[in-house]
Amino acid sequence: MTTEANAILDARGLNCPLPILRTKKALTGLEKGETLQLVATDPGSVKDIDSFCSQTGNVLVEHSNANGEFTFVIQKS
Amino acid sequence: MSQTAQAFSAQMDQDLFNQWFDERMAQREADHVPSMTIIATKGSLDMAYPPFILASTAAALGWDVSIFFTFYGLSLLKKDLDLGISPLGNPAMPMKLPYGPDWAQKIDMKIPNVIMSNVPGFESMASGMMKKTLSNKGVASIEELRSICIEADVKLVACQMTVDLFGMEREDFMPEIKDWIGAASFLPEAQKADVSLFI
Repeated sequence: MTTEANAILDARGLNCPLPILRTKKALTGLEKGETLQLVATDPGSVKDIDSFCSQTGNVLVEHSNANGEFTFVIQKS
Repeated sequence: MSQTAQAFSAQMDQDLFNQWFDERMAQREADHVPSMTIIATKGSLDMAYPPFILASTAAALGWDVSIFFTFYGLSLLKKDLDLGISPLGNPAMPMKLPYGPDWAQKIDMKIPNVIMSNVPGFESMASGMMKKTLSNKGVASIEELRSICIEADVKLVACQMTVDLFGMEREDFMPEIKDWIGAASFLPEAQKADVSLFI
C-alpha cells in the first residue's frame, strides 16, 4: 500500500455480508475525503466492494490481492 | 415567415423540448433512491438468513428497505431467538461435520429419513451443528444481522393477523418493530418499491 489510510478495518475471516456492512459503518465515522483501508479474506468481497462503491458514490482508490488477502483503499466521497 | 423558416423553427422548439425533457428525466433517475420490500414467511434458521442479509446489504448500498414478517417469519422478530433447522425433507441441505479433522469435515453425509425422523433430538443436533458451521465460517448470527438492520434504518413490520392466529403476545417481540399491519397496508408499499421479494 502506497497511501496511508485514515482508518484501517480488519475484516479477515468474515464472510458476506459482514465486510460490506462493517465498511459502511466505518465510513460513516470518516470525513469526506478521508480513506479507509479494508483487509478481507472473503473472495466475494472483490465484486461486493466494487458494487458498493459504484452504488454509494465512494471511490475505490486502490485494491490488491496477496496470499488470499484482499486489500482495498476506499475514499469517502 | 417562409415555410422553410417555420418548419425550421418548429424543429428547434421540438429539439429544445426534447433536450429539456431528457435532462429532467436524467435528473429524476439520478435522484431516485432504490427501494426494496421483502415479505418474510419462513421461521427456520436457514430461511432467516435471506431476508436479513438482503435487507442489510441493500441498506448498506443506500436503499430504502422494509420487511413484512408474516406467518412463521414473525418468529424472527422475537426478543429471544431460538431458531432451528430440520434436515427432514430438506434433501438440498449439506450435512457436514463442523469439527474434527479436515478430511472428515469435507464429507457430506447422506442420512436416511428413517434415522432422521426416529432418532430423538436429531433436529436439535442438526440445528446446533448448523450454528457451529455458520460461526466457523465467519457468517454473522441472525441476532447480529438483525441489529445491523435496525441500525441501518430497515423498517421491520409485523403481521397482526399472525399474532392472533398463533395466539402470540406483543410483549414477546422486539420493541423496534415499526408497525403491526395487514396485507392491505403492505401491498401499496410493495407496489412502489423497485424490488419486491417473497421469501
